[in-house]
Amino acid sequence: MLTSLNARGALLSAVIFTVFLLAWHIGVQGKASVAQMDPEYARLMGVAATQGKSAMPGPLDVGAQIWQHLQEPFYDRGPNDKGVGIQLAYSLGRVLLGYALAVLVALPVGFLIGMSPLMNRALDPFIQVMKPISPLAWMPLALYTIKDSSISAIFVIFICSVWPMMINTAFGVSATRKEWLNVARTLEVRPLRKAFTIILPAAAPTILTGMRISIGIAWLVIVAAEMLVGGTGIGYFVWNEWNNLSITNVIVAILVIGLVGMALDQTLARVARAVTYPE
Amino acid sequence: MNKFISIESIARRYPKAGGGSTTIFENLWFSMNRGEFSAIIGHSGCGKTTVLNILAGLELPDDGLTVVDGHAIEGPSLDRAVIFQSHALLPWRTVLGNVSYAVSSKWRDWSAEKVAAKAMAAIEKVGLKGSEMKKPAELSGGMKQRVGIARALSIDPKILLMDEPFSALDALTRGALQDEVRRICVETGQTAFMITHDVDEAIYLADKIVLMTNGPEAMIAEIVENPLPRDRRRVDLHRSPDYYPLRNHLIDFLVTRSKTFKDEMPEGYDKRHPPIVRPGADNPLTPGETRKVA
Repeated sequence: MLTSLNARGALLSAVIFTVFLLAWHIGVQGKASVAQMDPEYARLMGVAATQGKSAMPGPLDVGAQIWQHLQEPFYDRGPNDKGVGIQLAYSLGRVLLGYALAVLVALPVGFLIGMSPLMNRALDPFIQVMKPISPLAWMPLALYTIKDSSISAIFVIFICSVWPMMINTAFGVSATRKEWLNVARTLEVRPLRKAFTIILPAAAPTILTGMRISIGIAWLVIVAAEMLVGGTGIGYFVWNEWNNLSITNVIVAILVIGLVGMALDQTLARVARAVTYPE
Repeated sequence: MNKFISIESIARRYPKAGGGSTTIFENLWFSMNRGEFSAIIGHSGCGKTTVLNILAGLELPDDGLTVVDGHAIEGPSLDRAVIFQSHALLPWRTVLGNVSYAVSSKWRDWSAEKVAAKAMAAIEKVGLKGSEMKKPAELSGGMKQRVGIARALSIDPKILLMDEPFSALDALTRGALQDEVRRICVETGQTAFMITHDVDEAIYLADKIVLMTNGPEAMIAEIVENPLPRDRRRVDLHRSPDYYPLRNHLIDFLVTRSKTFKDEMPEGYDKRHPPIVRPGADNPLTPGETRKVA
């Protein structure tokens, strides 16, 4: 047992993945018997009926499709045929825009709530009511008032990411250690400097936790939102490929959504690690 | 009334759960001269920390006022530096960053180099040169408290306020830091006010030891003048003929008189002028007896 835990974990992951791929591959081999049918009728039916092949694509099909997408991720052949890279860029753009707006609102308001017990009491009922609303429930209202499907999607991202960040910021700010605040008081540090040099660094790890929760929710919601509003984006891509009955592309899209979500989460985890202070 | 620090008839009351209020202390009088080191001892809950917080400006008295160098205290001030019991360093800043933060708070228009130089001087004074780029988490408890001391000294305070600064440290580290603080205070003529539970710490460091009775409604029972020589050293403290009379007097106070003082107040006790005593070889006070010398 000389190999590190990490190496052994990676090995086990690879084994599990291989077993999964094999099971998948065997599972979609299809049944041997093919019903005899009129050739005219057979032409209307897919390969599943005529050659006994499973309608579910196997790992090799998906692999080939991924390879094809990698060859040309950014092609654009009209509104219903764009490369997966373009679709991802649209989705990421919406998420980052909505998320950035949420940061701009949540951090200052969270700071205010955290510093003022009065504001905390006053705003708490609103936050408690708004927080559990499914972001997609806002969609009709957004479409009606904003009248632009793309901006509505951004609004939905904004509304779903703002609450976890706000609540965490408020909590982090209000939990700033009294002794650090006393240090600032005895040094006659002015309020703005205190906010940036004491409270912000003290609350940063908690704030980042909220931001990480928010980016996760935002990425979950964008897929559903784009399925609703259509046009562009990875969510729309999934729905479009479902309408095309291209299960292979749907699987590819699912994989890509997972990978991008992970990348977003890891990026914020890295930032969180940078602002975390050991005591 | 030309005392450097003068606490005049201060009172502090906290509201009680069922209405009314608890008086921690009232009509408390006490003064200090420039360059003097005072220690206050008493049991937990007698309001020592409250007195220190009032001196620091972190709390305001409900009655009375505190004057430092001719100015009434209205809030915290850079003239009065606090060394916190829990060191209260900012964990995201380095040692130098923590001390610089204080320096740049005092001298807001100083250049970065000037601030760093001033901070480094304070860090060197407490013997932490070489560790200035470390984060507090990388330091031992004693080193952290050294940084706390450096931060307090770096702003050249008129008075140094210490709230049991060494109580969280082991005995050896505590001794080393006491030596350090004594050396710095004697060398620079620093006025200092310290809360402590430790009788030996008070004897070694303080010129005046304030004895506070148990709370609530705590009082300053008496002010003990330290009879030991000013150039005292830790190693031969206990050989001084004055050491045991003084120590016994303080221990007697903590063990019994802090409880019973209220019922057995000496004749002519005046809150405004608590008796000043000087226990020593030539004046061994028996418990309960206080002889005015001044």
